[in-house]
Amino acid sequence: MILEMLSYPFIQRALIAGLLISLCAALLGVSLVLKRYAMIGDGLSHVGFGALAVATAVGLSPLWFTIPVVIVAAVLLLRLNETNAIRGDGAIAVLSTGSLALGVMVVSLTSGMNTDVTNYLFGSILAMSREDLMLSIVLGTVCFLLFLLCYHRIFGVTFDETFARATGVRAGVYNLLLAVLTAITVVLGMRMMGALLISACMIFPALTAMRVCKTFRGVTILAVILSLLSFLIGLTLSYFFAVPTGAGIVLVSVGFFILFSGIGALRK
Amino acid sequence: MTIVACDRVSLAYEKHLVLSDLSFTVSEGDYLSVIGENGTGKSTLLKGMLGLLTPVSGKLTLGIRPNQIGYLPQQKVTQRNFPASVEEIVLSGRLNQKGWHPFFNKNDKQIAEQAMERLGILDLKKRCYRELSGGQQQRVLLARALCSASKLLLLDEPTAGLDRAVTEEFYHLIEALNQEGLTVVMVTHDIPAALQYSDHILSLEQNQVFFGTRAEYEGGDRG
Repeated sequence: MILEMLSYPFIQRALIAGLLISLCAALLGVSLVLKRYAMIGDGLSHVGFGALAVATAVGLSPLWFTIPVVIVAAVLLLRLNETNAIRGDGAIAVLSTGSLALGVMVVSLTSGMNTDVTNYLFGSILAMSREDLMLSIVLGTVCFLLFLLCYHRIFGVTFDETFARATGVRAGVYNLLLAVLTAITVVLGMRMMGALLISACMIFPALTAMRVCKTFRGVTILAVILSLLSFLIGLTLSYFFAVPTGAGIVLVSVGFFILFSGIGALRK
Repeated sequence: MTIVACDRVSLAYEKHLVLSDLSFTVSEGDYLSVIGENGTGKSTLLKGMLGLLTPVSGKLTLGIRPNQIGYLPQQKVTQRNFPASVEEIVLSGRLNQKGWHPFFNKNDKQIAEQAMERLGILDLKKRCYRELSGGQQQRVLLARALCSASKLLLLDEPTAGLDRAVTEEFYHLIEALNQEGLTVVMVTHDIPAALQYSDHILSLEQNQVFFGTRAEYEGGDRG
C-alpha cells in the first residue's frame, strides 16, 4: 500500500519537497521560538497569501513573485522589532491582517472565491509543480548548508545578542539571514501546508523538543526529527484517509507536543 | 599600556544625551569601578567601550583589539529558561576568535574547559543552564566572558540578584582574575564593594563626575 502511494509522481514531489521544507522549518523554528519571534512566521504566511493572490491575478509566476515580497516583509518586520517604532507584535498584526484582506479582495475581484483560495489557505499536495520541487530542493539545500556553517554563530545570536555583538559577531547579518530563510521556507511550505498552517511547522517541533531536551544541540536535532516524522505521518494519513495534508501534519505535531509535555512533566 | 582612553566623550542613547565631555583612562592591570545612580549612563558607557555605540563627540580609543575583550552583560529574563548546556554557552565565548571558521577546534574546547575549571563549574559542564542557581548562571556567563577576554573584562552589574554570600565569592573571583593581570572595568551599584576591591573609581553622579584612584575618592577629592 505504501509502495502504491509512492508510485504517484505528485506524492513523490510532495515527499521530497515536504521533507526539505520540514527540515528548514524545524531548524529555523528553534531560533525563532527562542528569540520570541515565533509569530513572525505566522505573519509572513499571511503576507505570502496576499502576494500569491496578486501574482495569480496578474498572471505572474507565483513563486518568483511571492518570495521577494515575503523577504521584504520579513526584513521590514525585523527592523520594526529592532527599532521598537511600533511594538513587534503590533507590527506583525498590521502587516498580516492587511495582506490577508488584500489577498481576499484580489481573489474575489478576479476569479471569485473558488478552490484556488481554499488551496492557498489550507494547502494542497497537488499544488506542487516540477518547478516548485526544483526550487524547494535548491533552497532547502542552501538553508541547510547555511545553518550548518553558521550553527555556532546562530546559537550565539539566539542566546545573547548583546554579547554576540559585543564580541564582534555581526548579529544583524544573522538576523537578516534568519528572516530571509524564514521567508523562503514560509512561501515554499505554504503551497502544501496552507498559509494558515505553515507557521505551525516552525513552532511546534521547537516547542516540543524544548519540553525534554537540555542542550541547544539536542533541541535542534530532536526538532528536526519530530518535524520530519510529523510530515511523513501527516502525509500518509492524508493519502489513506483523503484528509487535508496540512491539517494532518499539524494535528500529528499537536499529538507529539502533548506526548512530550507529558514526558517532560514526568521527569521532573 | 593604556587599554581605554576616553577623551571628552559624549554618548547618546536613543537620541538622549546621557554622558557629556567625559575623560578618563584605564591602564593595563587596573580595576576600575564605574558607580552612579540609575540613568547616569553607566551601561551606556560600557556599550561605548564595546563599540556598540559611537560617541556623538570626543574620542574613545582602545589600546587593544576588540577580540581581546570579555563582556559580562546583565542577564535577561528570557535567558533564564534557555535550553542550552553550560559547555555550549561557555564555548560561545570563543566566537570572537574564529573569524570565518565555522566550527570550534580542540584548542577552543580546551580554553573553555580551563575557564570552567577556573570558575569551579567544570562539574556542571553537561548540565542545563536553566536548572542552575542564579550564582551558578552568573559564573557560567563569567566563564564565557573569560573565553573571549585576554586583556580586558567588562562587567555590567555582575552581582545584581545574587545573595550576599554568593556576591562575596564572586568579587573574590574577579579580584583574583585582576591580580593575574586582567584589566577589569565594572559597572556597579554596590559602592562599598567598589571601594573595597577596585583601585580606580569613576563616579557618574549627576553634575559631579569624579575620576581618580580609590584613595583620592576616599580622601574627598571629589568634584
